[in-house]
Amino acid sequence: MLRASLREVSAALKEGHVTPTELCQRCLSLIKSTKFLNAYITVAEETALKQAEESEKRYRRGQPLGVLDGIPIAVKDNFNTAGIETTCASNMLKGYISPYNATAVQKLLDQGAVLLGKTNLDEFAMGSGSTDGVFGPVRNPWSYSRQYKEKFVPKSHSQDEKSNWVITGGSSGGSAAAVSSFTCFAALGSDTGGSTRNPAAHCGVVGLKPTYGLISRHGLIPLVNSMDVPGILTRCVDDAAVVLGSLAGHDPKDSTTIQDDFKPFELPNVADVSKLSIGIPKEYHAPGLSSEILALWSKAADLFKNAGAKVIEVSLPHTCYSIVCYHVLCTAEVASNMARFDGLEYGHRSDMNKSTESMYAATRREGFNDVVRGRILSGNYFLLKQNYENYFIKAQKVRRLIANDFVKVFRSGVDILLTPTTLCDAVPYMEFIKEDNRTRSAQDDILTQAANMAGLPAINVPTALSERGLPIGLQFIGRSFQEKQLLTVAKWFEKQVKFPMIQLEEVKRHDHDAFQHQKSASFS
Amino acid sequence: MRALRLGRWLQAGGLPVPPARAVLTAPGTSPAPVPPRPAWQHGEPRPTPQQKVTVEVLDHLEHLALVDFRDAEGVERLQKAIQFADQLRDVNTDGVEPMDSVLEDRCLYLRDDDVTEGNCTNELLKNAREKVEEYFVAPPGNIPLPKLEERETFLQSS
Repeated sequence: MLRASLREVSAALKEGHVTPTELCQRCLSLIKSTKFLNAYITVAEETALKQAEESEKRYRRGQPLGVLDGIPIAVKDNFNTAGIETTCASNMLKGYISPYNATAVQKLLDQGAVLLGKTNLDEFAMGSGSTDGVFGPVRNPWSYSRQYKEKFVPKSHSQDEKSNWVITGGSSGGSAAAVSSFTCFAALGSDTGGSTRNPAAHCGVVGLKPTYGLISRHGLIPLVNSMDVPGILTRCVDDAAVVLGSLAGHDPKDSTTIQDDFKPFELPNVADVSKLSIGIPKEYHAPGLSSEILALWSKAADLFKNAGAKVIEVSLPHTCYSIVCYHVLCTAEVASNMARFDGLEYGHRSDMNKSTESMYAATRREGFNDVVRGRILSGNYFLLKQNYENYFIKAQKVRRLIANDFVKVFRSGVDILLTPTTLCDAVPYMEFIKEDNRTRSAQDDILTQAANMAGLPAINVPTALSERGLPIGLQFIGRSFQEKQLLTVAKWFEKQVKFPMIQLEEVKRHDHDAFQHQKSASFS
Repeated sequence: MRALRLGRWLQAGGLPVPPARAVLTAPGTSPAPVPPRPAWQHGEPRPTPQQKVTVEVLDHLEHLALVDFRDAEGVERLQKAIQFADQLRDVNTDGVEPMDSVLEDRCLYLRDDDVTEGNCTNELLKNAREKVEEYFVAPPGNIPLPKLEERETFLQSS
């Protein structure tokens, strides 16, 4: 049951095979037994059960609110949730109870979704490993899968399976791990430089970054206002389309959401890709791309070719500068966005009382970790009068060049771009922490970042397992606001590759105990 | 739902992945347009043309950001960040306008200037640590941070 997709379990709820409270309890119980993953910061057990009870009443009356009614979901901890602690994995906001719900969260709750809890992340969503938050790193559920354990070869006798767990990627690692380990059916993440697609690739789940301006950012604690978007993590493309349908649309509280009408859509079960033109941007064979992923990318291109699509090489010449550009723009916007944390109105406040400025300085010293402080200082450097033109304005110009690269390619008739999502499969935590956060982010965001620069929709589809038994995903990038086409292609591809289900002992035990007496014919 | 491992999937499709040699000798007939080699390389870390960031600038940054460098690592981090950002100089941006937002071609929504919500003073005050009646309490203002010589900061020793 827990391994079913969102749509399958929704159908089961409608037909009464399972009740919302049962489902909620089972998820909560699984969260407890997978606590070692450290995917959740806060588990909102009481409120979740209450929401499940309300949902159950609606189902009994035959009046569910929609497909999402009663579905357990998780939300990344940088979305404001009323009455539930929102920390951004930082000391600065420990104990902060938000007075309001982010619009994205509110929309899900209005549809009857059951909010299980807030998931772990890198502090303030800065990072590509979900390792730098104050609540500790998130462990990739695949570290404990049979597929990984079978392939694991210790490099030395001191290495054992338990210490060789791999990272989830970041920064929405907690959300990805939660979906991947079946504790929820969908999760919200955020995507600024690849923070939804990167962990999706490493955890073997679908990670959708919608077009900038489609989903409201109101209530999402901002990192880079001009690039942030709420991201959607699910186990299959159809589920992502369902969640997108509930979230997209104009929000008067977020001026950067477009006002066009958004019509939720269902994806066709059979798609004809022969009329499509798939672009392979050559610059996405970036230095460091593993030969496994290269081969997979190649095979995927062949798949489309054999189905009759036109597959051509294209060029996005400024790709190699997107990380540098992102580095400058991100730190500059971060310097501005982090200025609100001064301890006066909310969050951590230092005991220092000599003057306002010294109180602010002390609060920020105590509240932020090295990564955040480093970015604030770099950002301030690039924004100094003597540097503004050469760094900040220059980066904005390079941003236009990057965005124009995509415009040119799409204008030439290409419908969808096919690229790898990450350079390699998930690395062991012990290896990952040998390099610092900025170096890692610069390496890991290379293939995902440019889509944020240009505001384009992009999706990671889990494709196959690596030699080490870990997931590898491929990325599709579409035209602005053409999510339907993007998801249709992604669904077709997903059907072709038949990515294997993760085999986790804990989940098997849960499912087996609960469902010995139930018929499970309607879903496998 | 059994699925194929990577190796088997590669073979199962019927099309063998072309060996590197074939691609090199017959570029025009390569079955897949995925480039076999990286299309670019990372630039060599260039020596920064300007001087290292001065203590005055570092101090200025600490004042502006109200965040301290804490130790030599913090300063080194900034140096590396600047070095990294210097790669932007390689890009020719003549005649290119800076881009603020990808939605620059649209007119964004602004609502009417009417008060439609509010009156949530109690809720907002809940999260503040120090308050009196309906005020947030701050320590005395208009007192600048002590000068570099007087402050306890890592920069003093550099």
